Amino acid sequence: MSLALILGLAFWLGAWATNALVARHPFGRTPAGRIFVPVLFGITLLVLWEALVRAFAVPTVILPAPSAIAGKFAESTGLLWADFVQTVLKGALSGFVIGTGAAFLAAVACDRVPFLRDGLLPVGNFVAALPIVGLAPILVMWFGFGWQSKAAVVVAMVFFPMLINVVAGLGSAERMQRDLMATWGASYWQALWKLRLPAAMPFVFNGLKIAASLALIGAIVAEYFGSPVVGMGFRISTAVGVLNIELVWAEIAVAALAGSAFYGLIALAEKAVTFWHPSQRT
Amino acid sequence: MKRALPVLTVLIGIVVIWYAAAVWMNSTWVYDQAERAGTTVSFAEMVPQTMDQDRPLLPPPHQVGAELWKGLFGQAVTSKRSLVYHGFVTFKGTMMGFGLGIVTGVLLAMAIVRFRVMDMSVMPWAIISQTVPIVALAPMILVVSNQLGIEGREVPKAIIAAYLSFFPVLVSMVKGLRAPDQMQLDLLKTYGAGEGETFLKLRLPASMPYFFASLKVAVAAALVGTIVGELPTGAVEGLGARMLLGSQYGEPLITWAALFASAILAGMLILVVGLTERMIAQKMGVRT
Repeated sequence: MSLALILGLAFWLGAWATNALVARHPFGRTPAGRIFVPVLFGITLLVLWEALVRAFAVPTVILPAPSAIAGKFAESTGLLWADFVQTVLKGALSGFVIGTGAAFLAAVACDRVPFLRDGLLPVGNFVAALPIVGLAPILVMWFGFGWQSKAAVVVAMVFFPMLINVVAGLGSAERMQRDLMATWGASYWQALWKLRLPAAMPFVFNGLKIAASLALIGAIVAEYFGSPVVGMGFRISTAVGVLNIELVWAEIAVAALAGSAFYGLIALAEKAVTFWHPSQRT
Repeated sequence: MKRALPVLTVLIGIVVIWYAAAVWMNSTWVYDQAERAGTTVSFAEMVPQTMDQDRPLLPPPHQVGAELWKGLFGQAVTSKRSLVYHGFVTFKGTMMGFGLGIVTGVLLAMAIVRFRVMDMSVMPWAIISQTVPIVALAPMILVVSNQLGIEGREVPKAIIAAYLSFFPVLVSMVKGLRAPDQMQLDLLKTYGAGEGETFLKLRLPASMPYFFASLKVAVAAALVGTIVGELPTGAVEGLGARMLLGSQYGEPLITWAALFASAILAGMLILVVGLTERMIAQKMGVRT
């Protein structure tokens, strides 16, 4: 057994014991404790990964060590940033905004016209379960290799999941509350603005969270079917081809950071907007 | 009937829009051909020509339907051109990933409900894992499994599918296993039930509705994962590979037919899960 392995295992056991202790200790109930435990767990995984790679001299082609990936990351920040702008900011974000915006408007239309809702909702439920991502090759053919085709794939992917959530949200206000609005003589739009839209917000944010992770998937997959010589999907597929595995992992790290940041921002906005909802009270 | 009417209207609307879009998108090709031949075509002449092109930009529904029919029933199911054959390959991958996802999700949920330290350390990472776009990992998983000497593409596909499908199961099972309230737990304690018995007789049955609700989401996610696993990784079999083939050889009809075949597969999978749920609910004596 090599030194790296012993050190790694020792760190793992120590960290696990610490976490188990913290989980039982009153400190584990405080906000700081809630952050401390998962962070230590994450660090442990990284240390264990590094130790295993070093101890067994795993070839870089199979799994590079975290330190090697971090080195590559620091070395090629310019490249990674360009890919990030192309894929996340141009492709995923614009598609996300257009797709969720269109779904939101469609949901309001469904709310206004019950006939449309009864028709669109079963269809939407079914389409949301389909592998829409298969449209990627067709949309790349239609819109070319630029970021527009990636945005189109994202729009197609996020539209129906978002629609279903918003429609469900707009229907979530209680009968009693609606009747109250009616007794006050509120018009349709007033009731929508003051009651049903705020009541729909938890569902809207749920939809946005689902859409956020779909958006990144769509933007990256679409790049496998053709892209300019920049972009995360493009970089991954070409780097895999020449076995530049550290760069692939650096891109994966960027994707993970972008995905988590995207999700985190939506969660923050949710906290600010739906502070009244039971799930947000502490 | 009352519920079918709006759905039918929407479906008919989609088909109408589709035809209109097909005429609009395919007309460019017709006009180009006419210009090259030195003739002009009127609108009435143009429309029929957009309906049966070999390589339409957007194939109209009847062309997709014909291609789909040919793919499903036009040849022996063992043929490489049969969509049933490719559908079955995708189905196998989906089932492997789905099974792996269920096992992972349920085991993790059990550990999380039982040990507080697991709950605190693993749960946040499970959520983060879903914000990482798996497709970024897909080519990696393939390379690694190749290097490790795993033959074929079934294992990497199943891993990708499991990665997407374990999460809904995990979240619902955590909720479900915690569904029994304090009163019920106390009752079992007064009966002198151990932890294992409480789990088997109270927590597990209580979690079943949550479990099945998550399965419908998970099976759809597993199918998406399998197709994603077939798309960018150069697979030669499966519906995802057919879509890729159609795009590479400029045969949009193949891509569209594969797309609809995967929709049919998704519908069947969800239906089967729903029927299983109803059967088991009846056996367990759930009243609806």
